[in-house]
Amino acid sequence: MQQPLIFDIKRYAINDGPGIRITIFFKGCPLSCLWCHNPESISDKPQKMYSPDKCIGCGECVKACPNHACKLIGDGISTDSDRCDLNGQCAVVCPALATEISGYYKTIPELLKIIGKERTLFDQSGGGVTFSGGEPLLYPNYLIEILDKCGKSQIHRTIDTCGLVKEEILLGVAKRTDLFLYDLKLTDSDKHKQYTGTGNKLILSNLTALAKTGADIQIRIPLIKGINTDQKDLSAMAAFIAGLAGEKKSVSLLPYHATATHKYQKLGEHYLAGNLKEPGTTDLQQAINCFSAHDLLATVGG
Amino acid sequence: MESNDKVKSLPERGSACEGNFYPEKNHKTEPGMNPRIQRLRKLSVEANPSLSIERALHETAFYKENYGQYSTPMLRALNFLDHCQKKTIYLGADELIVGERGPMPKAVPTFPELTCHSVQDFHVLNTREQQRYTISQEDIDTYAKEVIPYWQGKTIRERIFSHVPQEWKAAYEAGLFTEFMEQRAPGHTALDGQIYRKGMVDFKKQIAAEIAALDYLNDPAATDKAEELKAMDISCDAVIVFAERHADHAEELAKEETDPQRVAELQKIAEVCRWVPANAPRTFHEAIQMYWFVHLGTITELNGWDAMNPGHFDQHLAPFYAAEIAAGTLTREQAKELLCCFWIKVNNHTAPPKVGITARESGTYNDFTNINIGGINSDGKDGVSEVSYIMLEVIEELHVLQPGSSVHISSKTPDQFLNAACKVIRQGHGYPSIFNPDIYTVELMRQGKSLQDAREGGCSGCIEVGAFGKEAYILTGYLNVPKILEITLNNGIDPLSGKTVGIKSGDPCGFESYTELYEAFLKQLNFIVDTKVRVSNYIDRMFAKYAPAPFLSVVIEDCISKGKDYYDAGPRYNTNYIQCTGLGTVTDSLATLKKHAFESRTFSMEQILGAVAKNFAGEEFLRQTIINKTPFFGNDDDYADDIALQVYQDLLAAIDGKPNVKGETFHLNMLSTTCHIYFGKVMGATPNGRFAGKSISDGTSPSHGADTHGPSAVIRSLTKLDHSMSGGTLLNQRFLPSLLKRDEDIVKLGQLVRSYFILGGHHIQFNIIDTATLHAAQESPEDYKDLLVRMAGYSDYFNDMNADLQQEVIERTENEAF
Repeated sequence: MQQPLIFDIKRYAINDGPGIRITIFFKGCPLSCLWCHNPESISDKPQKMYSPDKCIGCGECVKACPNHACKLIGDGISTDSDRCDLNGQCAVVCPALATEISGYYKTIPELLKIIGKERTLFDQSGGGVTFSGGEPLLYPNYLIEILDKCGKSQIHRTIDTCGLVKEEILLGVAKRTDLFLYDLKLTDSDKHKQYTGTGNKLILSNLTALAKTGADIQIRIPLIKGINTDQKDLSAMAAFIAGLAGEKKSVSLLPYHATATHKYQKLGEHYLAGNLKEPGTTDLQQAINCFSAHDLLATVGG
Repeated sequence: MESNDKVKSLPERGSACEGNFYPEKNHKTEPGMNPRIQRLRKLSVEANPSLSIERALHETAFYKENYGQYSTPMLRALNFLDHCQKKTIYLGADELIVGERGPMPKAVPTFPELTCHSVQDFHVLNTREQQRYTISQEDIDTYAKEVIPYWQGKTIRERIFSHVPQEWKAAYEAGLFTEFMEQRAPGHTALDGQIYRKGMVDFKKQIAAEIAALDYLNDPAATDKAEELKAMDISCDAVIVFAERHADHAEELAKEETDPQRVAELQKIAEVCRWVPANAPRTFHEAIQMYWFVHLGTITELNGWDAMNPGHFDQHLAPFYAAEIAAGTLTREQAKELLCCFWIKVNNHTAPPKVGITARESGTYNDFTNINIGGINSDGKDGVSEVSYIMLEVIEELHVLQPGSSVHISSKTPDQFLNAACKVIRQGHGYPSIFNPDIYTVELMRQGKSLQDAREGGCSGCIEVGAFGKEAYILTGYLNVPKILEITLNNGIDPLSGKTVGIKSGDPCGFESYTELYEAFLKQLNFIVDTKVRVSNYIDRMFAKYAPAPFLSVVIEDCISKGKDYYDAGPRYNTNYIQCTGLGTVTDSLATLKKHAFESRTFSMEQILGAVAKNFAGEEFLRQTIINKTPFFGNDDDYADDIALQVYQDLLAAIDGKPNVKGETFHLNMLSTTCHIYFGKVMGATPNGRFAGKSISDGTSPSHGADTHGPSAVIRSLTKLDHSMSGGTLLNQRFLPSLLKRDEDIVKLGQLVRSYFILGGHHIQFNIIDTATLHAAQESPEDYKDLLVRMAGYSDYFNDMNADLQQEVIERTENEAF
């Protein structure tokens, strides 16, 4: 069974499904969206993240690295990525949390224990666990096992997915999922490919199939000005969503913001979307109107 | 997403509107439901606190003439009556609820019998930048001539300091604890529903019956009881006279008044003041005025800590409200207006300043009256009524510094009320704080209160619990628990002064195990607690003997039937509290030493103590390792939480159940108010990476920045402690507004509170604020004059805080994204 790497666990998550939740973020994603807010979520391998402002220049990582990949330069560190095998010794010895390895394993019992601790909050708020990513459906066996165990403990289960997986995996997971947060970006497949690296045929057909099973689905749409905020794209998405089987789906609009830049820096990457524009109030209102024209309730955030 | 909002979410309101996330009103008027309330509020908010020497002059003249002719209780009561007969009566325009302690709003009397301000004190108070109290040179001269010479050597404070043992002085000066009663009289008193059923005339009848029944043949205390009871009787007359003088004044004003509406109001005021407090109130208006006269009586008679508190005010007023609404003699608007008038009255009553102050130990105008709203009735049913909701509206609309307010959320409290309260909290004024009656009822019963008395109890002042109207629960002072560890790590010596303040508990570098270290800490802890308790007991007797409070004794149950004073075991219950501060700091420091010096041996004890001694200068590697690689309290990590639990249990073992001088016992609570800042000032660096002089953790909250797993982990860590063993714990959580944008977020905040309370939490309070706002407020204070911030048990204006306090507010963990 392929074990997922986890890159974050967020408690008191109030925007990832009903009630107060714990959100588990799996590493690895089949898409690589230009605007991605969590760049460390894309690769399914561990990654070294380095924050120069936290570094105290003690040089402990230089001493600790068996591959001599770390070098002290001025009052900071540079890593030779050819030598680095991500063994993580640098992060172990770093006193200041300047060097961290993104991605760690949790066995299913370990993760269940972490989730179970939030029980009182779940019970009080009708909350539960949300598996997000990256793409949690990349790890179907692990996911199905933990979903079944959570279900047995009567913990509400939400899956946040981009939908780019084999249909049978999605439908298999759907049998043990209480709510899907299904991400849509664009209906135009070419444009989708341009911005996310892949076409959207499977994403759309999966959504159609999922809706037919009667699954509870909320649609999430990241709104990026100039990419999917014009009337044509929004109308196409609204029409597609309105045509899905079952009850009308609610739509959460997630306005793009440029705060991820520092995360890309930590990975030593350049944020290509760093200069995109945030949608303004008018854009958001227009989007909401566009969805209500198709009798869909769209809200900002969520 | 949230950090982006932080940049954008600069205050949406102008400075005239107080609070920082209140939607901008279209009109330019001041906050308040109508022009009357707007004017009264403006007057109250803008009045500068000043000192009035009137009470001191009356008292000094009275003592000069009468001292030695009466028993102490009689002298106190006659002195109180004399002042009530002579004091300046203030009845301002627009007022519906009347009565001021001083000659005008925010004019604060002095209490030279307790502590006599020196000329220098007055100059400091008159000129210091923060918490300034104005006083004229003429008044200072008069005081120097008339008041100071008489009281020199006779004040309670001087009596205390002339008797305390050397080890107490050493520990006190080192900042190992504070002593409340060296500045003010024992207080923290809240009332039950008695005064809404009985007037002073009824109390006088009860007193007369007790005097008639005294048995001089068989009861050796009969004479003392007679003196105390006669004193109580006189003090009832004193407040009746005080009210009558307001009635007279209102009638005079009515004669000169030309506005027929105001004439009617003044006539109504006169009618109300002729009826209460002599008789039990009949209407909503009379009920509020009744409480207010009793409140003023207690805070004029003496200067008790935390002023006075009406307790479950909504529950007491609810029957009057219901009856009058049914009868059609009162509208909801009128009731709300009267409550606004009351709120503003409390805001007019600035705390009396201390003596010898540097504004270091506590800097606030707040006198800590805390209105309990919601909760449960004495029969265990839900106590929420329409009056509770009106009070929430008043708090939201007025957002004044005083009174403090708290909502009490039992398992029976409807979500509607909790959510309404959370909406007020979202406004970011710091009010109200939230309490759990289901747990504090257990706390009180464990201390020996009956079920009904426990249910009628609640929280006065900050977070301390008591049986309202039936208990003297004396807060004796704060205990600096991290400082006790500091002296342990220095073998009994205070590293700041080099003086010996504790006992010899061994050289820490010689300890071979964590257990040895911890045992040394326990030895110091017990020594310091015993040193404090010994003197607290002594001080208790000083007040019983020299500063009884006969009027307060009238309104606290069983004092009349016992014939004994509030300070002399008269009340049904008599508790002494020690407030333990800095659980987070001491836990994290012990966890650091346990993990790094004894277990993983990352650093030796010498290395850590050496780094601590030089305030981590040149030891950034060590310090960063400690702060990033040690399990700290507040993260639901048993390693640290077990240490916190151990310390808490040992504090209980050291304090809980120690006999007091009233035949009852000491208990602890985990309150800090602002004392954690003072305590931090008197400490060097601590092993948890905290720099010298920085504040220690407050109440039972995690150390600043130590909780990195979000509020759900914090509440789980906190509830590993059994709160029912305490007399109150304190948890501060700071939330940025971005977490509370939508109404559903508000509901989730309420659910977080419910979760904490189900797990056994006692109290939680939220600061809804953002750092950008606070930095802006520091940079341009004049634009943020009204920024109200919740601080460890009370709210204060950001700009009234000193730089340390402001920094503290900014540093608190921002629960923005976890």
